[in-house]
Parts: sequence; structure tokens; C-alpha cells
Amino acid sequence: MLQTNLKHVESDEEFEKLIAENENVMICCGRMGPMCLPVYDIMESLQAKFPHVQFRDMDFDGPASHNIKRLPEVRGFMGLPFTIYYKNGQVVQATTSIQTEEQVLGILNRYFARAA
Amino acid sequence: MEEQFDVIVLGGGPAGLTAAIYLGRARVKTLVLDTGTVGGQTVLSFSVANYPGVEETSGRDISQTMLRQARQFGAEVKAYAKIKAVELAGENKVVELQDGSRFVARALIVATGGVPRKLGLESEARLAGRGISYCATCDGDFFTGKPIVVIGGGNSALEEALALTKYASRVTIVHEFDHFQAQPWIVEEVRAHPRIELVMEQDILDFVGEENLQEVVVAHKQTKEITRIEADGCFIFIGYVPNSAAFSAELQLNERGEIITDDNMATSLPGVFAAGDVRQKRYRQITTAVADGTVAALGATAYLEERKAA
Ligand SMILES: Cc1cc2nc3c(=O)[nH]c(=O)nc-3n(C[C@H](O)[C@H](O)[C@H](O)COP(=O)(O)OP(=O)(O)OC[C@H]3O[C@@H](n4cnc5c(N)ncnc54)[C@H](O)[C@@H]3O)c2cc1C
Repeated sequence: MLQTNLKHVESDEEFEKLIAENENVMICCGRMGPMCLPVYDIMESLQAKFPHVQFRDMDFDGPASHNIKRLPEVRGFMGLPFTIYYKNGQVVQATTSIQTEEQVLGILNRYFARAA
Repeated sequence: MEEQFDVIVLGGGPAGLTAAIYLGRARVKTLVLDTGTVGGQTVLSFSVANYPGVEETSGRDISQTMLRQARQFGAEVKAYAKIKAVELAGENKVVELQDGSRFVARALIVATGGVPRKLGLESEARLAGRGISYCATCDGDFFTGKPIVVIGGGNSALEEALALTKYASRVTIVHEFDHFQAQPWIVEEVRAHPRIELVMEQDILDFVGEENLQEVVVAHKQTKEITRIEADGCFIFIGYVPNSAAFSAELQLNERGEIITDDNMATSLPGVFAAGDVRQKRYRQITTAVADGTVAALGATAYLEERKAA
């Protein structure tokens, strides 16, 4: 299990329920490694600003990670973490390796912005 | 909104957090602003085995402990601060954020550290996470049984090249000079390794690949002969750049962009101190950053006392 303050996705059931029941979901699939930790930190820091988005992490070596690894959007990814953004159950964006807060915010604002 | 502090610390790596611990304990009202993740480069260390008094642990654990200590002693620490402007020259040091908040203090410590140097090629950015990596421990296992390139010739590059032989079918080290800058025993180990090849005195021209890296194109510095090295992965370890650009107009820097300080960490401006990897020094380690942070905090406290007495 990842040691973060985010909620984790640890099983297929949790993954399916999360995607089915929520409009906006961001999942960061990684390990407790140097390229992953900053992305978890960014997600933690943005949770309050985006209450309508479900922020989760997922252990890259855990039982639910095949749901991410099998996605066509991650073909060619060779850098942890794999971060996936879902809108109404569909993947709208996927990134590989470390990301800056600006990059994450750019994607959140683009796909999950609330109508004013 | 304007808020007054005694000392503002820019940077929440080991240097900045140590300064905050010392300042907090001395009841000096302190604000730490970090533009990124608190912990700085320590977050990039899976394992730290040379921090005295602590048996092997992760860099993240060390920095999280420092953060808790700094907060317990009363320092305010803000991560992901969007800094708009910094004024260092006047009696009051001012930091303005993009959201309009203004922080004012009589003294300021620059502890902004450094970031990994990049080659700056378009193809490097495009293929990052698609073959190009800056972390062997993170991404090494994606290249099991595949040929990879390591760029660099210092301790980090050679240590990581050795670590990557655990996964890769072949590791080619590409370096710009005809000799390495690493410790002799690491160089010896690299030279003796049956699956490591050395390609010296090269310029990196390009990374080739559509969805993933396929080749690293290099040219010999003297003969200009071009070599195309087949590789699924390329790990880049070519040193660090000090985060000092924002202060170059006001503080004295050396030719490498490092802030020049005296033994008390005082910079060329009164009331402005610098600590850690951002300043001119030979050895960059957590221990040396922590030592700098201590000295800078004590220097800043003494500076405030002198001003009060004057
Ligand atoms: C992969 C790796 C492994 C290492 N392993 C070891 C080891 O085993 N042992 C050891 O002793 N050392 C190790 N080091 C070196 C050690 O991590 C550094 O020397 C140390 O972190 C430097 O501390 P610092 O506080 O000066 O800077 P940093 O750690 O770089 O922290 C600087 C902080 O300032 C922030 N910042 C940047 N610009 C600004 C700005 N304009 N305003 C505000 N904040 C800003 C950054 O976000 C960052 O958090 C390692 C380094 C790396 C990269």
C-alpha cells in the first residue's frame, strides 16, 4: 500500500465503482519513488480546490493496477507514475513520469473545470 | 494583504527547513515559502545512508521529519507558493505572491537549491517518460533485457549505470570528456563491467523515436564522426543547475550561477543570506545543506539583534 494521505484504489471493485459513480476522477498509479511522490503531493494540495474531483493513488505493483496498465493511452509509457484522468468513465488524458503543478492544473482546468 | 515576519526563507529543502528549525526555536517569526514540494532534492533520494545519527532511510522521511520540527517550533511553511516578485535590496525584504499577498521581513534566506540539468533538446522533452528518464531506481525495470544509454560522467551517472546493469541487456555510457569525474573506485568498477560500454568525448545530437525512444545520436567532439546508438532507454545525469536566476539582478553570483557568500552565509546584500546547494561551495550534500541552514539562521538572528540595538 502506498504511504500517502490520498485515498487509495486497491481492488478491481473499488476501481470500477469509482469510475462508474464519479464524473471527474484523477488516479496516479505509481510507487513510493522520487518521480511519483511530487505528483501525490500536488494531488493532496489540490483536493480542497477541486472538491468535485476524486483524487486517488494506486500501487503500480498492486492488484488493481492492471486496469491502468492495459489502457491503450499508456502504450509507450516508460516512466512512473502513470496518471490518468477520467470523465464520466472515459479516459480524457494520461501522462507519464513526474509532472509539475502547472501541468496537473492545466489538465484539471481543461477537463474538470466547473461552469461559472 | 500584507503580513510581517522577522525572517523569510525561500526554499523548503534541508537548508531552508533547518534554518526554519533554528529560527523557530529562537522565537524568530519565520515564513518558509517553497515554489514546489517541501523537501527539495531529498525527495529524489530513495535511500540516504550517510546522514549521521539516522540509519538508512528515505530522503522523504528525513525531510518530512524536518518539516514537522520546523512547524513544531512555530515556523509557517507554505508549499507550491506562486511567487510573483522578490525585493531584496531595501531594509525590508518583500515577497509578493501571484494572489496578491505580500510578505515583509527584515532578513531573508535564499535556500532554493538546484534542479537536474537537462540537455535542452526538443526530442528530450518529447520522449521524457517514453524512454528518457532521470531516475534509474524509478524506471529501471521498464528496460529489463533492453539496451540503454546513460549520459554523464560523474558519481551519479556511473553509480546509476552500474545499478541499471541489473535490468538492461547493455549499458552504454556516453560522456563529453575523455575521462570521468567520478571517484576512482567507481570508475574502476564501470571499466571492468562486462555489459558496460564507454563512448567518450561525444556531443549529444538527438534522440530518435516516435512513440518511444529508439536511438541516441551522438557525434565525436574532435572528429565529428556520428554514431547512432540503439537504445530503448536513456538516463540523463549531467549535474545540477542552481535555482538562482530570480536573484541574479540583485545578488552577486559566480560564473556557474551560484550565490557568493561569506563564512556566515551572508550575501552581497545586507540582511540577505544564502544556504545549501544554491550557494558557491564544493560539496553538495544534505549534511552540508543542513550546516549552511544553521549558520544562515544564526547569522540572520544576529543581524536582527544588531538592527534592534542600533
Ligand atoms: C538523486 C539524488 C540523490 C541524492 N542523494 C544524497 C544522499 O544520499 N546523501 C546526501 O547527503 N545528499 C544527497 N543528495 C544531495 C542533497 O539532496 C542536496 O545536496 C540537498 O537536498 C540540498 O539541499 P538544499 O536545501 O540546498 O536544496 P534543495 O534540496 O534543492 O531544496 C531547494 C528547495 O527550494 C525550492 N525552490 C526553488 N526555487 C525556489 C524559489 N525561487 N522560491 C522558493 N523556493 C524555491 C525547491 O522547490 C526546493 O524544495 C542527493 C541528490 C539527488 C538529486
